[in-house]
Amino acid sequence: MNRRYLVAFKSILDKEITRFMRIWVQTLVPPAITMSLYFVIFGSLIGSRIGDMNGFSYMEFIVPGLIMMSVITNSYANVASSFFSAKFQRNVEELLVAPVPNYLIVLGYVGGGMARGMLVGLIVTLLSLFFVTIQIHNLAIIVLTVVLTSMLFSLGGLINAVYAKTFDDISIIPTFVLTPLTYLGGVFYSLTLLPGFWQQVAALNPIVYMVNAFRYGFLGYTDVSLWLALAVVVSFIVVLFSYAMYLINKGIGLRS
Amino acid sequence: MSIALDIAGLHKVYRSGTVALAGIDLQVKQGDFFALLGPNGAGKSTTIGVISSLVNKTQGKVQVFGHDIDTDLEAAKSQLGLVPQEFNFNQFETLLQIVVNQAGYYGIPKTIALQRAEKYLSQLGLWEKRNARARELSGGMKRRLMIARALMHEPRLLILDEPTAGVDIELRRSMWEFLRTINQQGVTIILTTHYLEEAEMLCRNIAIIDKGLIIENTSMKALLAKLGKETFILDLDVLPSALQLEGFQWRALEGQSIEVDVEKAQGLNPIFSQLTAQQIKVLSMRNKANRLEELFVNLVEHGRGASA
Repeated sequence: MNRRYLVAFKSILDKEITRFMRIWVQTLVPPAITMSLYFVIFGSLIGSRIGDMNGFSYMEFIVPGLIMMSVITNSYANVASSFFSAKFQRNVEELLVAPVPNYLIVLGYVGGGMARGMLVGLIVTLLSLFFVTIQIHNLAIIVLTVVLTSMLFSLGGLINAVYAKTFDDISIIPTFVLTPLTYLGGVFYSLTLLPGFWQQVAALNPIVYMVNAFRYGFLGYTDVSLWLALAVVVSFIVVLFSYAMYLINKGIGLRS
Repeated sequence: MSIALDIAGLHKVYRSGTVALAGIDLQVKQGDFFALLGPNGAGKSTTIGVISSLVNKTQGKVQVFGHDIDTDLEAAKSQLGLVPQEFNFNQFETLLQIVVNQAGYYGIPKTIALQRAEKYLSQLGLWEKRNARARELSGGMKRRLMIARALMHEPRLLILDEPTAGVDIELRRSMWEFLRTINQQGVTIILTTHYLEEAEMLCRNIAIIDKGLIIENTSMKALLAKLGKETFILDLDVLPSALQLEGFQWRALEGQSIEVDVEKAQGLNPIFSQLTAQQIKVLSMRNKANRLEELFVNLVEHGRGASA
């Protein structure tokens, strides 16, 4: 990347990070509160009655999933709302008239989404320390999984924002697709608890792979093959990045 | 002198089927102060949108300082600064963030961007407001912010789409002065405006666009020379019912005023001599309408009549 492009990329990224830090009460505090409630209710209160899950306390089992859940929702929401706002206020034109290659626009916004997703993930991880002693089985897998997952859902948020015409359009996918897939993605239970047919259905849910790869990093336990999980995430990233590039190159929702 | 903007055979048909541009050919020379005029919906903003790559063209060629937007888009964009008609900055960002980020998109490092921010925000009277959020600015300040932002990468061609819309006359004049200065420093300027006085005051050359076609493209001087007749309003000390103005068409207005049509060849002296002979004093005199405005209306109406 030449110097001019590097400065342009850094400018988009700075702008995106400044945006979510400026409105931290809307972007960083809510996931901290929500996840603390999950820890209290599902971990401490109900979890103590559930007993072990595959040899781990229920709290130990769900913490990686809950961290991943906050990474997913925040990466997605950041890019979806930021890019849609830029379209809505038309300040996306600042980028469109400048000599910035389209892939840098995609990477800049995705970088912003990843930054928020990972920062929220870190905040939730620190909060979880009040409830459970976290063990780390493989730090590299934890970092790799969180980077790839935040990238994947940032791309998803960008594609959603490209198509969105109203603010309602950026909440439809999170409400009707992301939340159900996350809740059914093995955050709260091991897939081995499901009957055989439903285990096969669950295998179609991409979030299962991310949650399990992440959990493997902490506990050394996963319901699915680690390498399959990483391959699924990388494949989705390739597909969504290509699609996002196609949309921006075509100027869908951006150029008349 | 090189060509700053070269447009050939530009067509734009929107997906709805609306033909916005029906074959525009236009050249703007380096260093020019050029007016692009036309009624609402004529195709001015679409033309600007295509040049700045906010609108995909259907057909035709656009070159900015020799850089084709189809084959050399980044180089073309680097030469071009755009001040759009609508406010299009993030209302929640500070002025400094807006202009420094914009410079960053052009690859200008932050240290240089901060120096330029001080230069242009100061020149446009906004430096004191640099840490204010854009939404806190008045309409006039927002317009100036968009000019400062467009200058951050020091473009050779600046396009302003109705830059003084809704700006009070004092501020408008200070913006004219600023634009004149940067034009004298070598920046080629293309301006669209509804204030025809603005075009007449600032621009050396002019194109009039209507229904997606250029219907006039000439120098301001040549265009104004086409004006065959002007109407003047004269305020008199008395207005006798038997007033005689031989050789002139005139009408009485309210009070002691009359309006007189004056053919270019006639001159004003015969009016004054006839009034003096009737012992009538002229207290004041003014043009009925802006000269360019009359021409503009004539041209557009004539064009429509011809195409009907």
